[in-house]
Amino acid sequence: MAYQTVKARKSLKLRVLPWLSLTAVILIWQFCVSPPGVNDWRIPGVLLARPYDVLLLGIEKLTDVNPDGATLLVHAWVSLQESLSAFLLSLLVGIPLGLMMGWFGVVRGLFRPVFEMWRPIPPVAWIPLAIFWFGIGMEGKIFIIWLGGMTPCIINAYMGVKTTNPVHIQMARTFGASDWKIFTSICIPSALPMVFGALQIALGNCWTTLVAAELLASDQGLGYLITAGRSIGRTDIVVLGMISLGITGVIISQIIYRIEAKLLAGIRR
Amino acid sequence: MNKHVKISAENVSKEFIQKGTQRVPVLKDISLQVFDQELLVVLGPGQSGKTTLLRIIAGLEKPTQGRITLDGEEIRGPGPDRGLVFQSYMLFPWKTVEANVRLGLEMAQVPKEKHAETVRHYLDLVGLNGFEKYYPHQLSGGMKQRVGIARAFSTQPKVMLMDEPFGQLDAQTRLFMERETERIWLSDKRTTIFITNNIDEALLLGDRIVTLEGKLPGRMKKSYEVNLPRPRDPMDMEFLKLRHTITSEQELTL
Repeated sequence: MAYQTVKARKSLKLRVLPWLSLTAVILIWQFCVSPPGVNDWRIPGVLLARPYDVLLLGIEKLTDVNPDGATLLVHAWVSLQESLSAFLLSLLVGIPLGLMMGWFGVVRGLFRPVFEMWRPIPPVAWIPLAIFWFGIGMEGKIFIIWLGGMTPCIINAYMGVKTTNPVHIQMARTFGASDWKIFTSICIPSALPMVFGALQIALGNCWTTLVAAELLASDQGLGYLITAGRSIGRTDIVVLGMISLGITGVIISQIIYRIEAKLLAGIRR
Repeated sequence: MNKHVKISAENVSKEFIQKGTQRVPVLKDISLQVFDQELLVVLGPGQSGKTTLLRIIAGLEKPTQGRITLDGEEIRGPGPDRGLVFQSYMLFPWKTVEANVRLGLEMAQVPKEKHAETVRHYLDLVGLNGFEKYYPHQLSGGMKQRVGIARAFSTQPKVMLMDEPFGQLDAQTRLFMERETERIWLSDKRTTIFITNNIDEALLLGDRIVTLEGKLPGRMKKSYEVNLPRPRDPMDMEFLKLRHTITSEQELTL
């Protein structure tokens, strides 16, 4: 017998509240900043742009390349390319490395000291070297963002393997399973929820490191848009860059969250 | 009757080191023989070291003194010749019933072409046909342990080791699973060591019952032959007499 399908809905209140707070913030912001050319008790326009102006600028920047040299979508696209390729690279390198460090003593012994030394150095500190090595092109930024994404991948994959139920491993041993077999069939699946946690954190790290990387060495990208806005004293451009970063970040993390929920459906029970 | 000794424990003692320095004696001077095709029940209260004894036989712990042999060869580590059924089921939640049993075969390196048939055979044996595609969380406790039993049986170990397998079940399911265990055991008479703290379970299942004395370290107390026809009736006069003998000689309470 099939179960009856029922639609579960959040109460009206819960669905309205997030929009309410968002609207309130925007309205208060709009009201508290003086319009251009007006000088009253409110925050002057040279210090902060009003949301309405930012919106207008956003629409204009969809097609206009002035004054920073590219349209909004080009900036976003460049940033996306940089952060996503660095993100994928950090997954590709960090997760296998972390998993192996969790299970194989030799790998742990070799990489742990290097990792512990490297971890406290913020990715931004690598910017000078990255510029020497790669110039200000995309490779240098990918390198820096990649460093930012690696840490959570390694730590979470490592911890995921370390927290495998020891009795599961003993069970496998009673069947005479090889170390490699235990690693692939037990440790890796057990580590998956932690690894997916790393995806979210790593993405966040990549996205924030992106801005730092672009602030210092770049000629395109959302982080560059912010720098450009600052250098010509346009707060609306700065805020537009910030908001674009926020919105794009939310969209990507929602996508990852959906993929995660699908893939982990069987494990999280 | 000529009995072949399958497992032999010779003066086995075990101590754990706790918190780095504290010596905790768990088993003292256990000597025990298990015969081929026998269902031996080790009966003891909590804290008598019975699980440790089974883990030493499984090769998951090393004895501090003494040794244990299987078919004359000393046990030095875990291996597929001993199938272990865990108290806490130990199924993989992300694998179906079928895949859980198959994983055992993969780990024991049974040739791939035999997997499908073997899995089907042992799931039939434990009465789980029709549940192949279910996930553990969709099963009751008794059914989960059936998967555990099928998995341990499927690699055809020489000896089955069952560590309080029904300790987490309600009384009714437990009785039912005991009957099932007897049925499965009768179907191929695999040498089995069954650990329990429940005297009725011991009497229903055991060819022989060995009791461990409570409070660490666990020591061998007595061995009782159970010469009652199967299936046994817990209300039978002989059953109750033996039950009385064992309880009066053994403090089952802590």
